[in-house]
Amino acid sequence: MGSLMDDTRPIFMQIAERIENDIIEVTLLEESQVPSTNQFAIFYQINPATAAKGVNLLVDQGILYKKRGIGMFVASGARAVLMEKRKEQFYEQYVVTMVREAEKLGITLDQLTKMIQRGDNRS
Amino acid sequence: MNEVVEIKGLTKSYGKVTVIQDVSFSLEQNKIYGLLGRNGAGKTTIMHMITAQLFATSGDLKVFGEHPYENNRVLNQICFIKESQKYPDTYRIIDVLEISALFFPNFDRDYAHSLIKDFNLPLKRRIKKLSRGMLSAVGIVVGLASRAPLTIFDEPYLGLDAVARSLFYDRLIEDYSEYPRTVVLSTHLIDEVSQLLEHVIVIDNGKLIINEDAEALRGRAAKVIGAAAKVEDFITGKDVISREPFGGLLSATVIGLSTTDLSRAEMLGLEISPISLQQLIVHLTNSRSQGKEVAAQ
Repeated sequence: MGSLMDDTRPIFMQIAERIENDIIEVTLLEESQVPSTNQFAIFYQINPATAAKGVNLLVDQGILYKKRGIGMFVASGARAVLMEKRKEQFYEQYVVTMVREAEKLGITLDQLTKMIQRGDNRS
Repeated sequence: MNEVVEIKGLTKSYGKVTVIQDVSFSLEQNKIYGLLGRNGAGKTTIMHMITAQLFATSGDLKVFGEHPYENNRVLNQICFIKESQKYPDTYRIIDVLEISALFFPNFDRDYAHSLIKDFNLPLKRRIKKLSRGMLSAVGIVVGLASRAPLTIFDEPYLGLDAVARSLFYDRLIEDYSEYPRTVVLSTHLIDEVSQLLEHVIVIDNGKLIINEDAEALRGRAAKVIGAAAKVEDFITGKDVISREPFGGLLSATVIGLSTTDLSRAEMLGLEISPISLQQLIVHLTNSRSQGKEVAAQ
């Protein structure tokens, strides 16, 4: 059904990740308003309570804040916080896994570094 | 009072056959529930009892805090759209809407007419001349436009195409956001509706096997795949709901893996893939019935 959500993970986490991505990619600017939970629910065809849970997760982390009677806004400084968090995740998700896989294939650290440099030249 | 429906120890039997066995759950206000289960599991029987169309053999049932039987205060707050909703053959669609407006205090005519346009329904055509899918769409229009505090859709989309089903989900979420109410969706198309649900109730062989928050269920179960010996070692003492050997490999579906379990699996070189709500329910309802057969032999 053309679903944008992955049904194998909690959807509120996916909503939070999408908002985070939008902030990192500057599609959502700091101090700008984010869509309401009902708008999220309708757009992604998800339960409004789930959408609210995702938004509240970011409110708890200080990424979003509520202006009473108006809606949710991106906090200033949110992007820097998220970038830091993502860099740590990058290490866990990519670097650690890559080094482990490299060990399995008998690639030395030196060879691995060269490979990364080669990848960097190509992009 | 937050509880719209309260069921305690509900049992229904026909002679020696018990179709619903000691089922207890409650439905809270303004949530969307999924009532799921296999064919003949007893979902429709439960809905018939909630809507006072069937007497329970034993157990306690309260809807809006009262007994639903012959109780107008309760019944006009309920809208129940059945799998093969029947309206008199000689009625036109517009007559069905007008009659519904009499029955349901919150019925919104303008909204009903906008839905009729969305679903491309011919207002003046007689029920007898409608296709199966169109009939289902009429039921959906009535179900949505009635805005009943307790709205139950029992497999409402017989013959409805994918476009119309998607339209139904869109309109349901839109209208629900604006006019929250308690909605029960009973369906086999779990993948299609799972994201709309806030809470999931699964009935299998007349018994309640799952009554949980949908988000808590998602990502709860995972498939562990790897060399048979390693997988066996990993899954001992865990809640395994299915196992499929494949050559020297074993794929096991396990419930409730912690993060330490996950890192241990990674250390062992096992592959972990999370499964969807639909797959989880398929595994659960499948293995239980298999277990029954084994026990019977």
